[in-house]
This record gives sequence, C-alpha cells and structure tokens, in this order.
Amino acid sequence: MTLEELRALREQKKKELDRRDVSGKSIQIVVGGGTCGIAAGARKTHAAFLDELEENNLTDVVVKQTGCLGLCHAEPTVEVMMPGMPTVIYGNVDDAVARKIVHKHIMAHELVNDHIYDRPAVDIIEKGGK
Amino acid sequence: MSFKHYVLVCGGTGCESAKADDIFKNLIHEAENAGIREEVQILKTGCFGFCEQGPIVKVLPDESFYVQVKPDDAREIVAEHLVKGREVPRLLYDKSLSMSRTGLEDIEFYQKQFRIVLRNCGFINPDDINEYIARDGYAALEKVLFEMKPDDVLEELKKSKLRGRGGAGFPTWMKWKFTKDVEDDEKYIACNADEGDPGAYMDRSTLEGDPHSILEAMAIAGRTVGAGKGYIYIRAEYPLAIKRLKTAMQQARDLNLLGDNILGSGFNFDIEIRLGAGAFVCGEETALIASLEGERGMPRVRPPFPAVQGIWGKPTVINNVETWANIPVIITKGGDWFSKIGTEGSTGTKVFALTGKINNSGLVEVPMGTTLREIIFDIGGGIKDGKKFKAAQTGGPSGGVLKDDFLDTPIDYDNLIKLGSMMGSGGLIVMDEDDCMVDVAKFYLGFCVDESCGKCAPCRVGGKTMYDILDKITKGQGEMEDLEKLETIGAAMKRASLCGLGQTAPNPTLSTIKYFLDEYQAHIEDKKCPAGKCKQLMRFEIDPEKCIGCGLCARRCPVNCISGEKRAPHEIDQSQCIKCGECFTVCKFDAVLKV
Repeated sequence: MTLEELRALREQKKKELDRRDVSGKSIQIVVGGGTCGIAAGARKTHAAFLDELEENNLTDVVVKQTGCLGLCHAEPTVEVMMPGMPTVIYGNVDDAVARKIVHKHIMAHELVNDHIYDRPAVDIIEKGGK
Repeated sequence: MSFKHYVLVCGGTGCESAKADDIFKNLIHEAENAGIREEVQILKTGCFGFCEQGPIVKVLPDESFYVQVKPDDAREIVAEHLVKGREVPRLLYDKSLSMSRTGLEDIEFYQKQFRIVLRNCGFINPDDINEYIARDGYAALEKVLFEMKPDDVLEELKKSKLRGRGGAGFPTWMKWKFTKDVEDDEKYIACNADEGDPGAYMDRSTLEGDPHSILEAMAIAGRTVGAGKGYIYIRAEYPLAIKRLKTAMQQARDLNLLGDNILGSGFNFDIEIRLGAGAFVCGEETALIASLEGERGMPRVRPPFPAVQGIWGKPTVINNVETWANIPVIITKGGDWFSKIGTEGSTGTKVFALTGKINNSGLVEVPMGTTLREIIFDIGGGIKDGKKFKAAQTGGPSGGVLKDDFLDTPIDYDNLIKLGSMMGSGGLIVMDEDDCMVDVAKFYLGFCVDESCGKCAPCRVGGKTMYDILDKITKGQGEMEDLEKLETIGAAMKRASLCGLGQTAPNPTLSTIKYFLDEYQAHIEDKKCPAGKCKQLMRFEIDPEKCIGCGLCARRCPVNCISGEKRAPHEIDQSQCIKCGECFTVCKFDAVLKV
C-alpha cells in the first residue's frame, strides 16, 4: 500500500466509523418503532433515513428508534430535533417523505408542512429546549 | 454502509470468561432469526474497564449500557431493543437513565476518567485494522516516515515529558536518544508485556483492545533510532492478547504497514512475538532480554544499559506496553498537548487496575495528579459492604501501602516515592478494616521470595529472612527487636540488590511498619491481630448465654472439636481447633465469638 492509498482508506473508514460514534452529534431523528409503526413500514422509513444521510454525507445526525409515539393513526411517525429548528413530529413518513425530510428539514432548514402532526407537549420538553 | 444499531460486546478476558463469546454468538443468531442481521452491526471490542459489572454490552446509537448480561439475554435485547426500539430496562446499569440520557458521562465510573491509552478500548473491533486506521491509526507513523526527522520525534517526546509507565518513570525520550546516538547497523525495539503484579491487567487489556497502537508505536521507535526489528515479550498466560496481536501483525503486514519498504518510504520494520513463561523477574529489562534470547531469565548488572547493549548485545529501546500506547497520540497531537495533561513532573494519564475491597473493580485511566480519594470513592464507588477504608497498595509487590492520611495526595511518580511507595505498573489494591497489615506485608514479600531468581544474595537471603521474621510475628512469637531487624535488612536489600525486584521487595513491609506500627505492636506485645486475620493470634469461643445448643456448629466442624449436650451450650476444644471459622459463619444466633 502507498501513502495515498492509506490516506484514502482512512477517509473512507472514518466515515463508516463516524456513523457508529454518537458523541457530539447535534441532530436527532427518532423513528417510532412500535408494533403499529413497524406494521405501517417504520423499518423501511428508518432505512431510508440512513441511506439518504449517507448519500448526502450528513455526519452530524443520529437516527434512533423508539417505541410508539402515540399517533398510531399517522404511522410511521418520526420526531426530528435539531438546533435552530422547532422540534417536530412528522406523520405518514414513508420512504419518499423520509428523503424529503432530510433534504428540506435538515439540509434546507424548512419544515415539511403537509406531514407535521404534532409538536411534543410542553411539559415533556426539557428546560431550554425548543 | 450505515447500520440501524451497533451492538458492542466486551471482548476483554474478564467478560470473555463470563461467557461474552456466547452472548456475541447468541446475538448474531437471534438477529438472523429476527431477519435484521443486515441492519445491525454486532462486534466484539476491547475492555470497557467496568469489569465489576461485566459482561458488558453497549448498544449504539442509543448508548444503552447493559451490564451483567447473560447469554440468554440476547433474545430479549434483539427482540425488544433492536427490533422494536425499546431498551431492556432490567439490564441497564442505571435503571433511572432512559434513552434520553447522553451516555457514559452520566455513569460516575467514567466521569473523572480521561482516556489516551484506552482511547480505542471498548469502541473499535481490535481484530479489524480498518477500524484502527479510521481512528487516526497509523497516521503518526505516516507523519514520522514522511514529515519528521528522527530528531523531531525525539523533540516531541521531550516536550511531552512522557515517563516510562513500567514503574520506574524514566524519561522515554532519553532512552530513545541513548539508543539513537550509538553507532551500530543493528538495533532492536522491544515491548515489555510481561505484566506480573498480582491484580494488574492494564497491559493485557490494552493489547487485547487496541493491539495496533503498540505495533505503530514500535515502528515509530524503529524509524527514530534506526532499528529494523522489534520483539514483543509477552507472557504465555495471555492467550487472547497473543491471538489479537498475531492477527494485528498479519493485517499490518498485508497493508504494508509492517515489513519491507513500509508505505514506499524505504523503511523496513517487522515484529516478532516471544512468549515468556510467567516469571515475575522477567519484567526486569535485562532479565527479559536474557529470556528473550533463550537464556535463563536473570538480570545482570547495569550499566551497560539495554539502550546501549540490549538484545543480542545490540542497542535496544525497551518500553512497557502502556508507554508504547501513548506514543502515536503524542506524535499526532503534539508533545505540548500531552504535557498539559497531568502534573508538572508527571504528564499524561495513568491506567490503574482497581481491585480489592472496592465496589467498582475495573480498569480506569485518569490524568496524573488525580487523588486516591477520587479514584477510590468517586470512580471506584467506595469500599465494599460499607466498610471503612484502611489502606491502598500501589505498585504491587514493589510498592508500598498508603494509609487514609494520603487520600488527598495527588498521585504522581514523585509523590508516591516520597510516601515510600511507587507508581509501579499500575495495580491499585484497596484494603478495608478486615485486612491485617502484617499479613499483607507477608503476602507481598512471600510473592517476591517465590519470584526471586536467586542470583544475588541480598534478594535471595534478605527476602527469605524478612519473610521468616514476618511469619514469626503473625504467629505471635515476634519481639520488638524484630522490627529493627526488618528495617535493617530491608534497607540493605534496597541498596545492594542487583535488580528492581530485590530493591523494591521490602517496600510493602517498610511502609506498613511506618504507617501501621500499632498493628505490629499489637501482634508483638499484646499477641493480638486487630483485624482478626492472623489465625494463631485469635480463637473462637461460644457464648453460653447465646448458644441454644442446636448443634449446627458441631456438625460442621471439620475436626470435631465442638461438643455439648443437645439444647445446652456447646464448647470448643481449643487444643484441637484449626481456626477455620466455619462455626463462626454458620451460627445463626451470633453465639460464636472471634476473640
């Protein structure tokens, strides 16, 4: 291996390993993965987020899965938290909508209006959060 | 490739012996059954350090820290957490922390730690060189090969003020410079992985969790001093570390990071593993070199130091595992960065293997200058069963015992020497009120007597003589003059022994005499062992008021020396009693007394 090849390998592997590392990442996407969510396709939604983030080289984002968010009529549901944007719960997020959220909400800082279902109740928002 | 979850299973020796490998296999099997094998990455990492709570499984990105996991728990972790996104609360270390928490920094054990040596332990897969490379691995070697001159490397090391982590604390840059300055076309690099202190496992964990950091550092030294070959001397009792090292060496060769013409630089360097048979004295550098060459492992007179005349009589840089692990970071981040961590005279961090009567046994890395109190009470979670702290032993059989007065002394090389102990390789054994200091001194001295190679008289004869005196004291046959004798012989051993083993063997005895004189006096003058450890100085008695005559103790007594009528108080025949304590343990009415 040459020096250049080592450097290229490091860059590539760094990207892969960065996805495992969660420390210091500021944006969080939480996919509701209750039975209702999974039945409505939450696993595909989750995969779409990962794929789209990778595609666009967005490294500052963590995608987590959680249980039911309580909006079972609008599954799959997704909560997006990022600095400078209100925390929003999107509903009916399929593969295409997930990709749209990445492009609009995360990259362009615009809300995806027709999929906003809720904002978290005031009492569960931490102090200082939005 | 992104994964929905990353499951990190601890692959250190401690967790492996608690079936971590079964957990690992079960997780893979369950993930296959659930049809999500492609979506999750399941891997074995190095030691997380929190050995008390092992086996440990960490799930990312949720940072769920599962402890005391059993192989059967794999099913629940997969079905609940990986499929449905719900943590398994019963396995979490702190049940009050849910997914909303930020991570390890919330666990007290990790709060005061600062990881340089263990930077990759518990995060990367040690069997995959790519993961090491992704964490800036081999970037330091790259820099040394293509951007720095050998003198620049020495300059960085000098600025870092790194001192050898094997025990003595000699400045690393000077060692390297001595070897570099000798004109010779054949020089060697050696890694001392002959970790032998009772209770110490820092080096093993580093090798198991991050083997490439050692290989990279040795290659850097090779380039700096002009050596083409390195040896890792490791004890055969570390099979997992040896296996991971071998894998790492092969992977490094495959990528041309070891071998001929490394990365096209024209520099040749390769490494060979030499197995030791586990003699403690082989941790001493000249004995190590003798053993490595196939001779009997015995030290020789220094000078000449190995830096000038080492392996096969050639100039050799020999450093301990932990020292090596610091090198790549110093090169990439700079000596100035490193020198700001720790104290003025002792820079950087130190890894301790925290064991004994402590709640959180484990591997901790703290900046130099951290106090014993912080390590024992904040990180270690205090003394087991709410007992009282009595003393801490640093530096293993070569170190001394520190009493509670020194809990707030910043730990560094110089302070420990001042207190009559030493840094040693980093074993830290905590003792509580039930430990007898005379007995502890006898234990450590006994270890050194066993391990003495016998070459020089001060160590061979002195150690045995001191041991016999201590033995006499623990049997209640000691006299006050014995203490003077111990001090005189100890002082002579320190001055006259050939190597570090004999020079430091009296430390536990001398430091306990200094700080726990009252315990020695109690053994000698009152014929009592205040901690109730020395069997000859105590006896068991049955309180006739409390004994209801159930006969349980009589049935359990292995030498049948307890007798009495049914439902009447029993009695112990002191002439027959072997003081095993079985009666004391089994009595349900607290009628057996230790006096």
